[in-house]
Amino acid sequence: MSGARPKLVGQSIARKEDGPLLRGQGLFAADVNFPNQLHMRVVRSTYAHGRILSVDLAPALAIPGVHAAWAFADVADIPPIDFRLTKLEQLAAYRQTILAKDRVRYVGDPVAVVFADDPYLAEDAAEHVAVEIEELPVILHADGEVGEFREGLPTEPAIIRKGYGDIDAAFAAAHATVSLSLSIGRHSGVPLETRGSIGRYVASTDMLEMYGAAKVPHWNRDQIARMLGRSPASVNLFEGHVGGGFGVRGELYPEDVLVCLAAIRLGRPVKWIEDRRENLIATNHSRQQTHHIRAAIDRDGRILAIDDEFYHDQGGYMRTHAATVPDLAAAMLPGPYRVPAYRAVGHIRLTNKTPGGTYRAPGRYESTFVRERLLDAIAAKVGVDGVEIRRRNLIDKSEMPVTRALETLGTDIVLDSGDYARLLDKALDGVSWPELQAVIAQRRSDGELVGAGVAMFVEKSGLGPFDDVHITIDITGHVEVVTGAASVGQGVETVIAQICADTLGVNYDDINVIHGQTNRIARGLGAFASRVTVMTGEATRLAAVKLRDRVLAVASELLQSPAADLDIVNGLIVRSGISAGPSIKLAQIAAALAPGSTLLGNDEPGLSAEASFESKHMVYPYGVHIAVVSLARDTGAIDIERYLVAYDIGKAVNPMLVEGQIVGGVAQGIGGALYEEFTYDDRGEPLAVTFADYLMPTAREVPHIDVIISEDAPSPLNPMGLKGAGEGGTNAVGAAIAAAIDDALGQPGAITRLPVSPQMIKAMLRK
Amino acid sequence: MKPAPFTRHVPKTIDEVVSALAEFAPQDGRILAGGQSLVPIMAFRMARPTHLIDINEVEGLDRIAIDGDYLSIGARARHGAFHKPVIDGVLGKLLAFVVSHIAHYPIRMRGTFCGSLAHADPSSEWCLVAATLGAQLVVKSVRGERIVAVEDFLEGIMSTSLAEDEFLAEARLPLLPADTQFGFYEFSRRAGDFAMAAALVTYRLVDGVIVDAHVGIGGAEDRPRRIAEAEAVLNGQAPSPDLFVAAGEAAADAVEPLEDILTTAEYRCDLVRAVTRRALERSLP
Repeated sequence: MSGARPKLVGQSIARKEDGPLLRGQGLFAADVNFPNQLHMRVVRSTYAHGRILSVDLAPALAIPGVHAAWAFADVADIPPIDFRLTKLEQLAAYRQTILAKDRVRYVGDPVAVVFADDPYLAEDAAEHVAVEIEELPVILHADGEVGEFREGLPTEPAIIRKGYGDIDAAFAAAHATVSLSLSIGRHSGVPLETRGSIGRYVASTDMLEMYGAAKVPHWNRDQIARMLGRSPASVNLFEGHVGGGFGVRGELYPEDVLVCLAAIRLGRPVKWIEDRRENLIATNHSRQQTHHIRAAIDRDGRILAIDDEFYHDQGGYMRTHAATVPDLAAAMLPGPYRVPAYRAVGHIRLTNKTPGGTYRAPGRYESTFVRERLLDAIAAKVGVDGVEIRRRNLIDKSEMPVTRALETLGTDIVLDSGDYARLLDKALDGVSWPELQAVIAQRRSDGELVGAGVAMFVEKSGLGPFDDVHITIDITGHVEVVTGAASVGQGVETVIAQICADTLGVNYDDINVIHGQTNRIARGLGAFASRVTVMTGEATRLAAVKLRDRVLAVASELLQSPAADLDIVNGLIVRSGISAGPSIKLAQIAAALAPGSTLLGNDEPGLSAEASFESKHMVYPYGVHIAVVSLARDTGAIDIERYLVAYDIGKAVNPMLVEGQIVGGVAQGIGGALYEEFTYDDRGEPLAVTFADYLMPTAREVPHIDVIISEDAPSPLNPMGLKGAGEGGTNAVGAAIAAAIDDALGQPGAITRLPVSPQMIKAMLRK
Repeated sequence: MKPAPFTRHVPKTIDEVVSALAEFAPQDGRILAGGQSLVPIMAFRMARPTHLIDINEVEGLDRIAIDGDYLSIGARARHGAFHKPVIDGVLGKLLAFVVSHIAHYPIRMRGTFCGSLAHADPSSEWCLVAATLGAQLVVKSVRGERIVAVEDFLEGIMSTSLAEDEFLAEARLPLLPADTQFGFYEFSRRAGDFAMAAALVTYRLVDGVIVDAHVGIGGAEDRPRRIAEAEAVLNGQAPSPDLFVAAGEAAADAVEPLEDILTTAEYRCDLVRAVTRRALERSLP
């Protein structure tokens, strides 16, 4: 590659995506319409647990404009929705059918559907479906007695077990042990765009289409095909704009399958747009866990062993993520510390609440809270501060790479690179830690309740096993990069175009990046696990290198110069280092390779290249969060005065986007730490079904976030050194805020559950 | 979240409003003003009026003006109208201060003062203002007009003494003497949320001591009201931090706090104590 040209990778280039969004030309699911479409409305259970005695569709069907209505009997031939990740055999019996069979298991469980000419009529008609349910006792706590899911099936289908080393010996030899019981509240990603699916069957070509796809269109295509008994080649999914993903959006849900089935059966396009109440009870919940953790330590507070037993509240069914969240919680819990012996036992429990799935930093928001609370407790036990205890336990960079004897998501955990202590120093410098401590001490002596907390974590990113990219230059010189990635708003087009522009030598503006279209590329893994920049990014680079070689080979013949002397600059092939002289446009090269060209020889016509990047291991970015909070003595109000995130990403393709990911992630972390919780009454009735009750933090509650983007530890697993950015902003927020609140209260270990409310603070102040 | 079917009527005069209400109220007809409370609960189908009598095209209902010794606020005067003082003097300033706490800007562009009173949410800022200042409410129907004192109007959680055919046509707030001090404070989890407790205080300072104290508490009980016990603590005393603490204690002791699954009575009393003291602190010149 030529060295002189200014590189786009590493620069905060303005987003390719923003034009249509800022001009109001976005195409979200609700913007998709087809002539003659029907509207689907789901009839949902109003009971958290019950036996379905009868479903009478006739009153709804009698309403003019209602074209069909189904209950389970009408869809009994459709298999339940399968697992995408972390499949465990014993979980299969707990999968969700697209309509409830004989029992309802949470308020919101789909029992029937109605199809009508307009969405108002559909909602009116849904009220006329008469559902008779015999209420059954509910299970609302994951850590109580194991109950019965159905005859012969316990509500604890599996236990996740991970670990290594001799735990019992470590505890026997310990100077001291520290034990905590901690819990994380039920909350989730709540995209401002609710879910939506539009199914359309094109009889003339026998093609089934689904619009409103996101995150994992190829996997969903294959599943819809399998469930409906079709060839995957006869099903296509199309992703438009996505108003927030966060893990929940784009997974395969019952409604997605129902619109596709209805489009085929009813011969009309079928549209379903989730309303907000549905969104808060039907889309995946996440996070709810209770941990009982203990550490064996030596006299200096060095960890000898960690032993954790936890209960994961899965809700009513096992959905597409199967055991992913508890698996990640267990696998990632050791974090950036030396942990000579480790054991995690995670109980997966079904309860009568909305089913769970992944949410940004799944398992890690939870286990970072637990681990960092443990570190703070160890610090208190041995009488050192939270920074010192972390320094004593951090893995040193000389130990890298570190193989953890743990596996998750089908990969062995090998911490590929990192200088954790250095990033801690950067973060402490970022808040002028000694001066901050002095200010806090002064304010406390003036009677204020103010404190600071530090939390550290290791993230995982770049999950393989593969990604494909296909780049084509057409006869106008336009560059099209077709990927199997998906965009949930994170800037995929921008990042991929930056990498392509640099590698190929073309203008950023001449590149169009395709994602989320199953008709354009045979396979693709989509957007989750902070994987796209790493996997699709490197596949793009590989394809661009191939294409560049092809361009230069052809140009070499046309220009009668050795390829090694040629360069591509802004889409023009020139002699390296010579400003004047012969040149040729990429468009001309593409034209020269048209079918029938004598230049082709044995090659395929057209100017394109394809590459795959395969990776068996994830890459592990890491970070430090520092929070400063003050508490109001009279109301218990919690004010985050300052928040800093230091994050080592290996190599930032677009620092602005990395910062955006981190800041947005922190906002969601603050939600889980202080505001957001799906609460239920004792009959399992959800209490947070509007934005008046499910409290998402707004601009007024989220402080300015200082972000330090560090590039100390490029990944050795890909040439650009890339690691992912999606989840590090969220990961440690609960942990850092809990530590800061403890400090402000002057009560080490006071915070044992999230979210923390002013009422809880007030109760602690009364002590 | 699409409302159940309804018929919308668009009267042009108050006479048409009250006749429409007389005709349709028995069939679950409701007045539609700003719609910021009614429309969301219709979307949830928790309210399903079959007729809406939309007063948005009635001439003159947005009137806000001084009539004698009170400020008259018409049935369609929107919250946003109070962003800048609607009149010179203390009352205009007080209303401008309070209004910024009502929900969010887009909601204030649409929702109405009288609509808030008729909706009677316990945490409504305007209900608190009306209760603290002693509003008189003009109620109309085909049967005629009556004037109701606010304490006889607000009956409980989302409950008023309006008969089903009656329409809250106007609210009257007494003008405040020029030497009136006021302070308002509300507490909610997030900016713009319903207040978990709110306090509005007014008083005059005569020779350095508090006279004619009004202490109103909202959000803590089933309706906002004045707390005589706290007023008694203040009247005749010079303002001081200790006095304000004592008034807060008196208010907290006097209220019968609402409890719900997420909020204990004890915490609600803590908040009453806090908002009363904080409102008083803000009242100082």
